[in-house]
Amino acid sequence: MSSYVLRRLGQLVLTLFIASAVIFGAMQLVPGDPILAIFFPRVPSQEVYAKLRVDLGLDKPFLIRYVNLMDRIVLHGDLGESIKQRRSVGTIIKENLPPTAELALAGILVSVAVGLPLGIIAAITRYRLVDNLVMVLALIGVSTPSFWLGILLILAFSLTLGWLPTSGVGGIQRLVLPALTLGLYGGGYLARFTRSSILEVKHLEYVTTARAKGLGESTINLRHILRNALIPIVTMFGLLAGYMLGGAVIVETVFGRTGIGHVLVSAIIGKDFPLVQGLLIFIVGVFSTVNLVVDISYAYIDPRVKY
Amino acid sequence: MKRALREPRVRFGLAFLAGLCLIAILAPHIAPYDPVEIYPQESLQRPSSQHWFGTDTLGRDVLSRVIFGTRYSLALGVIAIAISGTAGLVLGLVSGYFGGAVDALIMRIVDVGIAFPSVLLALLVISIVGPGLPSVVLAIGISSTPSFVRIVRASVLVIREMAFVEAARAIGASRGRIILRHVLPEVFAPALTMATLGLAGAIFAASSLSFLGLGARPPTPEWGVMVSAARHQLRAAWWVSTFPGLAIALSVLFINVLGDGLRDVLDPKLRGKS
Repeated sequence: MSSYVLRRLGQLVLTLFIASAVIFGAMQLVPGDPILAIFFPRVPSQEVYAKLRVDLGLDKPFLIRYVNLMDRIVLHGDLGESIKQRRSVGTIIKENLPPTAELALAGILVSVAVGLPLGIIAAITRYRLVDNLVMVLALIGVSTPSFWLGILLILAFSLTLGWLPTSGVGGIQRLVLPALTLGLYGGGYLARFTRSSILEVKHLEYVTTARAKGLGESTINLRHILRNALIPIVTMFGLLAGYMLGGAVIVETVFGRTGIGHVLVSAIIGKDFPLVQGLLIFIVGVFSTVNLVVDISYAYIDPRVKY
Repeated sequence: MKRALREPRVRFGLAFLAGLCLIAILAPHIAPYDPVEIYPQESLQRPSSQHWFGTDTLGRDVLSRVIFGTRYSLALGVIAIAISGTAGLVLGLVSGYFGGAVDALIMRIVDVGIAFPSVLLALLVISIVGPGLPSVVLAIGISSTPSFVRIVRASVLVIREMAFVEAARAIGASRGRIILRHVLPEVFAPALTMATLGLAGAIFAASSLSFLGLGARPPTPEWGVMVSAARHQLRAAWWVSTFPGLAIALSVLFINVLGDGLRDVLDPKLRGKS
């Protein structure tokens, strides 16, 4: 087991290095002069330009700058500095992480609360009306764009019923609609996955054995089918984390929430490339770490997984 | 393929897709009004017999704009999938068939692609090439390639070991011939399923990016842009953002139905998987 964890950890580090090289390389492909971008629409004097070029390390070759960047990130946890806000990317992340983390966790909670029971119900009532109904619902869930679902929810619960505020951050009331918007999409996926995972286990030999022993259907369902069917669902959490991080970009815009996703979109539109670079490296780091934890716990929970 | 056409979901999905294509092609003939011309005196009219979906702030007919929007969504989706499908097929075939160092290299690249949540990979591409419709197509094409490569490679790994491929090898068929004439047709079924589900995903993603202001720009009658532009007048006019959003949701939904149906017929092992 420990060798598996070590190997996966090594893979994670390698992936992160390559991913950050890709992000860094991509930022070099952006047309235009980054120093001129800082001053735009004004134009810096020759001296200021020359000084900044040295200060920002832009006079050095590509590879050296990449090594410097990695050096700062790995040794000092320094993700660089936003050229528009004149603040470190780390500070910006620290400020904007709590609302995004709150949103993502609430979104996962909604996904699980909706998707898991629905998937189980569908599998138990397989091919009957309830199953079909649940599967249609799940398909609608994964097909509805979150920006539109968010608007429909605002229309219904804020503007028509007046129960909840339309936008902003803070308090459970402002979290309900964004979390639903984000969570129903993941819930649809989880319901589909849970159903198929249960159906796969349902016909295995040990279930037949349990039935032959004369166990009741509910015992078989709970202790034999569900317990084993739920194991692969652990892997869904990695995927869900990805949806939450990606979906946050959209949901934060719809509900006017502050957060990492909102900052990222503004940075892209405002051409604040150091900020884009720092944020992307950070997000990929979080996502990869979550996936690593998921993989390791999967190997831990399911004794059949060879590592 | 004949078997696939007997599946009701496939028939239904294909009929829907054909209808969507027809609407896109015939848009200038069936749209009751011009999609971009402004009629200030007609501003924000409720849905009526004159304007089935109402009008927006600038007095444009929402139905006509939704009809023209079909063109953007379909074109964006199809081109994006053509990019990721071609790249996915080529890389997956090469990776799966040849194995070894080429395979290792391609798979490492794919791993890095998968290390990004796909929206973010698309955002990375857009930050390089700048916002706009061509960027959106490229971004979605690139970001959906890694999973395509994985699927194709996985099927090639199985097919490569089958008796008929070995037989072809034994009678001295060239590598190129084996890949094109024997392996490729077998990969076609999973690739078609993947492309269909990918088309739904691409339409979904393209409208999301346009909603964020990174794709099409107003006054383009693109569905995501329409939803975005109207979201600040929800209280005054619910219809302006509701109908284009419904168009996205229905398109994605029914193309997903087609994809689900195809997968169940063509690849029974994956039945019911999400």
